[in-house]
Amino acid sequence: MADVKEFKVVGTRPIRHDGTDKVTGRALYGGDVRMAGMLYGKVLRSPHAHARIKSINIRKALSLPGVRAVVTGKDLPDAADRIAELGEGAVNLKYLGNNCLADDKVLYKGHAVAAVAAVNAHVAEEALSLINVKYEVLPPVLDVREAMKDDAPLLLPELRTTSLGQKGDKPSNVASHFQFKKGDPEKGFREADLIVEREFFTATVHQGYIETHNATAMWNPDGLLTIWCSTQGAFTVRQQASELLNIPVSKIKVVPMEIGGGFGGKIRVYIEPVAALLSRKTGRPVKIVMTRAEVLEGTGPTPGSYIRVKIGANREGRITAAEAYLAYEAGAYPGSPVGAGAMCIFAPYDLENAQVDGYDVVVNKPQTSAYRAPGATNAALAETLIDEIAERLKMDPIDLRLKNAAKEGVRRVDGPVFPRIGCVEVLEATRNHPHYTAPLGGPNRGRGVALGFWFNVGLKSSASASVNADGTVSLVEGSTDIGGSRTTAAMHVAEELGIAAEDVRPVVGDTDSVGYTDVTGGSRVTFATGWACYEAAQDIKRQLCERAARLWEISSDDVTYENGGCVSRSDPSRRITFKELAGKLGDTGGPVVGRASVDPQGVGGAFAANIVDVEVDPDTGKTQVLRFTVVQDAGKAIHPSYVEGQMQGGSVQGIGWALNEEYFYDSKGVMRNASLLDYRMPTCLDLPMIDTVIVEVPNPGHPYGVRGVGEVPIVPPAAAISNAIYHAVGIRMNCLPMSPGKVLEEILKKG
Amino acid sequence: MSKKVHVQTRINGEEVEFLCEPRQSLLEVLRDELGLTGSKEGCNNGNCGACNVLLNGRLVNACLVLGVEVQGREVTTIEGIASPEGLHPLQQKFLEHAALQCGVCTPGFIVAARALLDKTPRPTEGQVRHWLAGNLCRCTGYDKIVRAVLDAATVKKGKR
Amino acid sequence: MQDFDYVSAKTLKEAVSLLNRHGDQACVLSGGTDILVQLREGRRKARLVVDIKGIPQLNQLSCTKAKGLTLGAAVPCCQIYEDKTIAKAYPGLIDAVSLIGGIQIQGRATVGGNLCNASPAADTIPALIALGAVCTIAGPKGTRKVRVEDFCVAPGRTALKKGELLVSIHLPPPKPRSGAYFLRFIPRNEMDIAVVNAGASVLLDARKQTFVSARIALGAVAPTPLFIPEAGEALVGKSVSDGAVSEAAEIAKAAARPISDMRGAAEQRRHLCGVLARRALQGAIQRAKGGN
Repeated sequence: MADVKEFKVVGTRPIRHDGTDKVTGRALYGGDVRMAGMLYGKVLRSPHAHARIKSINIRKALSLPGVRAVVTGKDLPDAADRIAELGEGAVNLKYLGNNCLADDKVLYKGHAVAAVAAVNAHVAEEALSLINVKYEVLPPVLDVREAMKDDAPLLLPELRTTSLGQKGDKPSNVASHFQFKKGDPEKGFREADLIVEREFFTATVHQGYIETHNATAMWNPDGLLTIWCSTQGAFTVRQQASELLNIPVSKIKVVPMEIGGGFGGKIRVYIEPVAALLSRKTGRPVKIVMTRAEVLEGTGPTPGSYIRVKIGANREGRITAAEAYLAYEAGAYPGSPVGAGAMCIFAPYDLENAQVDGYDVVVNKPQTSAYRAPGATNAALAETLIDEIAERLKMDPIDLRLKNAAKEGVRRVDGPVFPRIGCVEVLEATRNHPHYTAPLGGPNRGRGVALGFWFNVGLKSSASASVNADGTVSLVEGSTDIGGSRTTAAMHVAEELGIAAEDVRPVVGDTDSVGYTDVTGGSRVTFATGWACYEAAQDIKRQLCERAARLWEISSDDVTYENGGCVSRSDPSRRITFKELAGKLGDTGGPVVGRASVDPQGVGGAFAANIVDVEVDPDTGKTQVLRFTVVQDAGKAIHPSYVEGQMQGGSVQGIGWALNEEYFYDSKGVMRNASLLDYRMPTCLDLPMIDTVIVEVPNPGHPYGVRGVGEVPIVPPAAAISNAIYHAVGIRMNCLPMSPGKVLEEILKKG
Repeated sequence: MSKKVHVQTRINGEEVEFLCEPRQSLLEVLRDELGLTGSKEGCNNGNCGACNVLLNGRLVNACLVLGVEVQGREVTTIEGIASPEGLHPLQQKFLEHAALQCGVCTPGFIVAARALLDKTPRPTEGQVRHWLAGNLCRCTGYDKIVRAVLDAATVKKGKR
Repeated sequence: MQDFDYVSAKTLKEAVSLLNRHGDQACVLSGGTDILVQLREGRRKARLVVDIKGIPQLNQLSCTKAKGLTLGAAVPCCQIYEDKTIAKAYPGLIDAVSLIGGIQIQGRATVGGNLCNASPAADTIPALIALGAVCTIAGPKGTRKVRVEDFCVAPGRTALKKGELLVSIHLPPPKPRSGAYFLRFIPRNEMDIAVVNAGASVLLDARKQTFVSARIALGAVAPTPLFIPEAGEALVGKSVSDGAVSEAAEIAKAAARPISDMRGAAEQRRHLCGVLARRALQGAIQRAKGGN
């Protein structure tokens, strides 16, 4: 690992390589795919939240002029009850397939039941209304605690609870119960001078990417399937398609188009296998693009949850014990991120005694998917209890956190021991920020702080870099670019070779063009794909040294690469720049291609803290965010503008989650606000500037010290805003969202 | 199926004609019939601004205009913002300020901001936020977008 | 999207004739910002879309001191608030048309369309009621007038009969020492449908210390936008004071019949009625006194 070094490219802000195409509308996203003979697909979805499918009659739909094929769940090969690693968690393939097209039951309103391919999208839509599905409607269960009761309607007849590692024999909606425990919480609570406890209720929210899901599939008569789609992981789409369609991965090519946002929601497949089935039946390319309502009702939002937290502290401000109960709604099939929530909830603190119990529970809502630090935002509401302890002990809320802050060597309640982390540094930078002591300037205004953690992941990435004769490099890497990461990848190569970022041309490859690369998610791309590019550059340097040696007719042991070129160790006057040597490659053995595949283990977790000022209108309950600061440990910011961008974007998603976003269900399990009119994401008029402070506590596990930055910013904002509302109008909100109606209700109750 | 209608219009300064069904929106016509895929569909009901175009110089959601309604009108799309001389200052500033991450909302924002600067050459931050309230971005938190628009407004008019 | 034919009517006569012939198989297209969404979602059915934006009478926009404001049903919101004369004379109307749905929506949406869409939460209607607007309707049997507070009869339904078309809306010239104000409560700062909205206008005496008359309307708290005459009548002859305003606001609030839906709970709406009626009256009073 490099010691503190002078970077030439890392830390600068080059214009992103794909920027011009994106500001001119030339960049091609999945929805922009057009090809000769292309048909358009549409999906028929269940109107019921819970029902048995008695029959599906497609005859009338098939005979509508312009319709070319109809598929149902019966067209999917029988999926084995197998688990596959998708890169952001394990997935049961039978459930994955059933979610793409239902088998004998529909488990949420919007559950896909059939699909049509037609000459245009309007005809396809008309055909849907001609498909006759007979349902036996069943009572739905729509709340996690209701679903946990013994008499709750059961979604999956084969589901048994795996409790503390043991699989039970009673049918249940509780898929699993696990527990993390450290020390003796009962003893710790007895030692506490002060105990605070609260329940929290959070509603389902969606990632809210502006681009809807899309896929175009062409299943060639030669058996080769090509899928063009917007995805966070071309290789994971290939793997899922292979498993669900029962064909080898070698027969599938996935071409990742530009992607309009993902945040975890574009990892699991929904329409890719369906488009493939329609293509096989018609012999033509079939494109399916979801509508916004389909995205909200038929993809993977993040869980609603019921959480109970109890924290005890002594009067000096040391936390003596902490306990949490997390019950997360997994949606139609098991697999909520309750485990991740449990890992993060107390992670910022050095606790001797703690216990977290987590429950993964199915309910009649869409199956949940990852949403940026999945599970952690819900759990971070525990930060409101830290605030309450600070108030009651008359301690500064940041000092209280510093007193208990996790450091290197501290063991988390879920087991891992922290390596070098930046928790303390983030807290200190927060306390030292001018925002922390700025005057609030008016009535009904309050300031709140909160701290969040996300562990980040590493996983596998590949890259290959070709040296061009003109001294530039063509880089192919496998991470779909959602936030400017291809430029960051290029910057690694440029830094190592001593050339300008503009002289490296990065391209995101398809599954035939680049080595296996895990998903763009988990805050891993700069860390792992950047590392793969770094290693590919090392490979180039090694080869270039050999070429220089050949040129100079000396031993390659005598040549080293430094300052942007090769130099002879024994005779430093012998040197050649990268550009000059690049021009001579043809004479010295041919092209030079550097390549690497990595699976780095030294992941560094990240902390983020917020300071937020709000003003609450006591007559309406409406909260206005006046000022927002996010402080985050990035380890090493490769491209600071895009690090800031992650911090700002994640913060604003957290603000939306805190204030107005929620799935509003009626008693039948129908989402009443399935449009962007009533699923209310923040607009720019709702927000101030989002001030950012990048703290850099280098991750010892990475050559440049990188820590993932994408996810942790969404963790603290909801808790910080809840704390701010308390300081503004004296009310501790314990639900998300803290929408005006709910705040008003509490204000009126308080009287 | 209703008979297709023949429409004659001007798009990005060029005479254009197309056939479309009355039920096709301007957004569908641009993307599916004319290959102008720069305008995006995010919601199809006027709530996200990703489909923004100028219609006779007026900022509108193309998803809420029928293709047949642009007969005899002038349409400006994202594809018509840059000139042969180069990028519009808005486009340049979006790049410099890193005001895009996934980029899918960017065409809508640039068209909307162009309409703002045409009307109010030196807007305040408040005016920018008010004008762009109909454009949703989920990636950036808007901070860098607002800065880019304010910065673009300072670029001399001759350079547009 | 359902299949339909499209025709752009050139004259009032043509439009009326088409609407009369096709009845509920036809629908009128003005700005399209509501109707296209409804057609797309199947909430409204039509075989023929009649575009009325080309009809001269529906594009009138004239404002004179003597005659007041004649607002054609097809005039988009943006044209209204960009007109300096109108903006100066009718700030209460500008309040409403400048906050509907964002700049893009305002580029197309029309007051006429907002009225004909007849949503209980329509943003222009409480303002129009407060300003005493009157609607001019053309139909097979000729022209008639309807007071704006009588125009909506149920959610999504208007007083228009078969073959009839809203031509224009007329606002009387503002009297000296009068002021009108409109506001709404939404969870965000733009783009939302009103949870509750309120429009008020007041006329003060020569010393600007006593109410001569007042009109108050509330939206999103009844099947149609609600004109509450008794709230305004309660102010007649009273001194301008917070107490009088609160009393009138309470009367308005008592007339509301809010329901609970995904945009708001009934109790929340009821509370907001009082808050917004008060704020609307205060805004109107301030304008009547000469402030803004």
